[in-house]
Amino acid sequence: MTASVFTNCTNAGPISVTVEDGKVTRVRPLVVDEADFRPWTIEAGGRSYSPPKKFNVAPFVLSERDRLYSEDRIKYPMKRVDFDPNGARNPQNRGKSEYQRISWDEALGIVSGELQRVKKAHGPSAVAAMTSSHHNWGLVGYKMSAFSRFFNLIGHTQVLDNPDSWEGWHWGATHTYGFYWRLGMPEPYDMLEDALQNAEMIVFWSNDPDSTRGVYSGSDASIWRQWLKDKGVKMVCIDPFHNYTAAAMGGKWLAPRIGTDTALAMAIAHVWITEGSYDKEYVKNRTVGFDAFKDYVLGKEDGEPKTAAWAAELTGLEARTITALAREWAGKRTVLSSGARGGEGGACRQAYATEWARMMVLLQAMQGLGKPGVSIWGTSMGAPVDATVWFPGYGDLQGRMSTSSAARVIPENPVAQRLYRPILPDAILNPPINWLGEGFCNRSLAQQFTPFSYPMPGCSEVKLFYRYGGSFLGTMTDSAKWMSMYQSPKLEFVVNQDVWWSGETRFADIILPACTQLEREDIGEWGEPGGQTKHGNSGCNFRAVVRMQKCIEPLWESKPDYEIFTLLARRLGVEQEYTEGNTDRDWARKFFELSDLPKRVSWEEFERKGYHIINAPAQRKSTPALRWFAEGRACDTPDPANPKRGTDKAHELGTDSGKIEFVSASLQKAFPDDDERPPMPHFIPSWEGHQSALAAKYPLQLLTPHPRFTFHTHYDKHAHWLDEIPGHRIKKDGYAYWPARIHREDAQRRGIADGDIVKLYNDRAQVLCIAVVTERVRPGVIHSAVSSAKYDPLEPGNPRSVDRGGCVALLTPGRMLSKNVAGMAPNSCLIEIEKWSA
Amino acid sequence: MTRYGMIIDVDRCTGCYACFLTCRDEHAGHDHRPVALAQPDGQAWIKVGEQERGSFPKVKVSYVPVPCQHCADAACMGAATGGAVYRRKDGIVIIDPDKAAGQRGIVSACPYGAVFWNEERNSPQKCTFCAHLLDDGWKQPRCVEACPTLAIVFGDLDDPASEVNKRRAEKPLEDLLPKLATKPLVSYHCLPKRFLCGEIVLGDRPDQCAVGIAVTLRNGRQTLTTVTDNYGDFEFLNLDVDADFILSIEHAGYKPRELAASAAAEFNLGTIVLEASG
Repeated sequence: MTASVFTNCTNAGPISVTVEDGKVTRVRPLVVDEADFRPWTIEAGGRSYSPPKKFNVAPFVLSERDRLYSEDRIKYPMKRVDFDPNGARNPQNRGKSEYQRISWDEALGIVSGELQRVKKAHGPSAVAAMTSSHHNWGLVGYKMSAFSRFFNLIGHTQVLDNPDSWEGWHWGATHTYGFYWRLGMPEPYDMLEDALQNAEMIVFWSNDPDSTRGVYSGSDASIWRQWLKDKGVKMVCIDPFHNYTAAAMGGKWLAPRIGTDTALAMAIAHVWITEGSYDKEYVKNRTVGFDAFKDYVLGKEDGEPKTAAWAAELTGLEARTITALAREWAGKRTVLSSGARGGEGGACRQAYATEWARMMVLLQAMQGLGKPGVSIWGTSMGAPVDATVWFPGYGDLQGRMSTSSAARVIPENPVAQRLYRPILPDAILNPPINWLGEGFCNRSLAQQFTPFSYPMPGCSEVKLFYRYGGSFLGTMTDSAKWMSMYQSPKLEFVVNQDVWWSGETRFADIILPACTQLEREDIGEWGEPGGQTKHGNSGCNFRAVVRMQKCIEPLWESKPDYEIFTLLARRLGVEQEYTEGNTDRDWARKFFELSDLPKRVSWEEFERKGYHIINAPAQRKSTPALRWFAEGRACDTPDPANPKRGTDKAHELGTDSGKIEFVSASLQKAFPDDDERPPMPHFIPSWEGHQSALAAKYPLQLLTPHPRFTFHTHYDKHAHWLDEIPGHRIKKDGYAYWPARIHREDAQRRGIADGDIVKLYNDRAQVLCIAVVTERVRPGVIHSAVSSAKYDPLEPGNPRSVDRGGCVALLTPGRMLSKNVAGMAPNSCLIEIEKWSA
Repeated sequence: MTRYGMIIDVDRCTGCYACFLTCRDEHAGHDHRPVALAQPDGQAWIKVGEQERGSFPKVKVSYVPVPCQHCADAACMGAATGGAVYRRKDGIVIIDPDKAAGQRGIVSACPYGAVFWNEERNSPQKCTFCAHLLDDGWKQPRCVEACPTLAIVFGDLDDPASEVNKRRAEKPLEDLLPKLATKPLVSYHCLPKRFLCGEIVLGDRPDQCAVGIAVTLRNGRQTLTTVTDNYGDFEFLNLDVDADFILSIEHAGYKPRELAASAAAEFNLGTIVLEASG
């Protein structure tokens, strides 16, 4: 038996793939020549810290072989049995009817025919196309590349993404400290070194980096946190769930009620103000609006001083504990770790989350944000990195087939109309609708205020919906609405192009089987999205650009996404315009050639080895994030999108004043009277929280943070090895249920025992989970992660059916987080729970 | 002479299950004769157990990965007939898939639950330290390669300079089930132990944390003392699991308190209020 080893890169780490007799037999973290590693060293406290010479992929990546050959693969083109493009379409049966296998010729004929018919009858705006979140990797296959090039070429109504993982930072924190070019997340540079050298305490606030792993950077940063723990850095976790980072780090756990984190933050500020334990000089020179904030905190604005006792009532914490935390924070050089990249926990994905995110920035401003050891740092980016070697990521225009100069001609989408993901079903079902901001607003603070309406004057409502990769039933809010949308006759034709069957797949009329990235050619750098997350690769211990090699032929009748779009383009008469004569491998080479890599390695050598490692330079000058701002210097970090960098305002932040704004000038200008996102942050009781009237009927608060063993639904369901990890799914009577964690007291009160099947329910949905009785959640809180790929209704086709798959997103409210903020708020969710008896 | 060993530092294990998944990748669907049959679903040759101790809001969580311990006094060897289980010169305990056919006793003999029965193939099976890879020149099993925090380290116990020996020397060595004295080749650091903790509050100052209060824990054999931290919290770590303790708190101006903390007591003694004596 002859074995070949291929290289590839997933969305959570690079891999080596062994193939024997045309079958993948082994998937390892990328294996490279040891001499290619030149690890960086950080000196701190008399010790030298260097990373191990290996790549720590996210654990689920190690189930790639299982997922590749999964019975859940979409093997053949499929047509819904009661869909006839020339007769009865029966949209009401989407989600219910079975499918029949058809030929590629028939499938492509129907899809291209419908694209032409709808376009001719209603214009290109009647075609909407929508991607998933990161269902694959590589500059050729990524959603903004082959997919976007095709749809820009034929014209379509683009469905814009919302910043679903870090909403509050995007819509709130930007107005406090800028960084809109990073969508509200702070620059990460040299934060590991700063923490190792200077931090005395880390406050993980609604942040579980050991689960979210810097989004793409696998487990490389886990060892950084071990180093910090071993050094004796004090750890604090603020989260209603004793999360996995808390489990690994130990330390003090504070579990406020959901929706009250802002009150806790206000009380901390109150202690600092009344005890004078804040950085007065920094506040004076680096911030604006503090006096008004001080008045609010001291109660001069509303007669309610934001004392620890006041916050204790709201949060359920003891006032003395709040005071003790505030004092320790002021007394120690403290890292505020409030998000994997400054986001991602429950607190930034709930009602009025803008207020919490702004308070995170303001608390650190009161302690001298940017000074040694005083940072906002998620602990999963900020290792030493060679930022001088440029390789594009998917977020860079140059990293996409649709916008890169790798193409001779860049097709322009002729359609100005937009849709917006979290309210897509509302738009389809009940137009017209209006919203502000196009989701990812990285060009200016005011971009968030741009009004959108659907349908746009002169455009058509959407008739054809093309869905590409993954499932939103497990990740968006009030996701039963999505099923109602799919069953509406307004959508005359629905395509789903994907690799695996997921919850959303069977709502399509035609299903096109795509292959995995192990079955096609591509190129990509591990952990580097570029664009608004430039230098995300600093979450990895070594930069690695990988030639993503085709390891095996596409399985069954699946095809690479690029080939599917090419075949459709052929039928639409635009093949040449689409491909420009390039194969997927040609595109990979073009991306290689426009990067800095050819200065370091030939294409042939890169092809042969399959990877190129870019080590951090041996001699490097540390430029810690925001140190320049704290010290009143020009920005010296390699943050390429900072618009003031290199100008005479280079010492300023991206706010209007150039300083940290307790009272936001941009909000003052746009919405001076908004009482739900006022110019200065306030504590505002949640519209679905423990004080709501609805709590009488549904007394439990549901916390649905990001999951640990699946990524935006990917890997769950399709890699059944994961079902044997009890933190992921738990089998009972042969069925792998999604866990819901419940405190012992809440369980006893309801007669629920560990391992019982329970129904989580409210007026929106009913979801079956397996109960995990634990001390790791606050009483009154149920913890169950989002991102189940499995939607398994007991009554297929009924959007209100009980779901057995664990799509707890069905329970969460569709309401936007505040009236002018079009972000989603899944963690403002009241439910009840009971033992299930079928 | 190479004699393999493994050290697992529970304090560094984050419960990521990379070891379990990579083991599955190596062994699922592939026989690695003569050392192993393919690993079917449901068998965790390195099983990661989650242990939650304490109670809200004072909780500790540990993950304890358990592969075959490759014991020098291996109960499975004693239970096997016809040489179905043997120890290699490098110390690795191997179940011969053919000779072990039908021998369910090999499964039940293992006190660690580390041997599994393959119904379909009528054979017991377990972790081999990836012996087929070591024999092929690999330096370590797959689980060690995949561990992001270096919580699992593998190497030659007879080489004083080996990484596994360096790590073994860092902290006290423990066996998973010391009372059994099976002389395993797998050793542990920081296995989860009993602890006792609580918060002390001064009855006349409930709005302030009671910092620096002396707390004493006694039983017949030992006396342990600590003081409360800035949250008024105290904790005693690494306690004998079956010892009955008396916890006493004395603070000037307050009535002394004594609490029994028997072996059956909760680890978290909760909030203890000291009433003013005056």
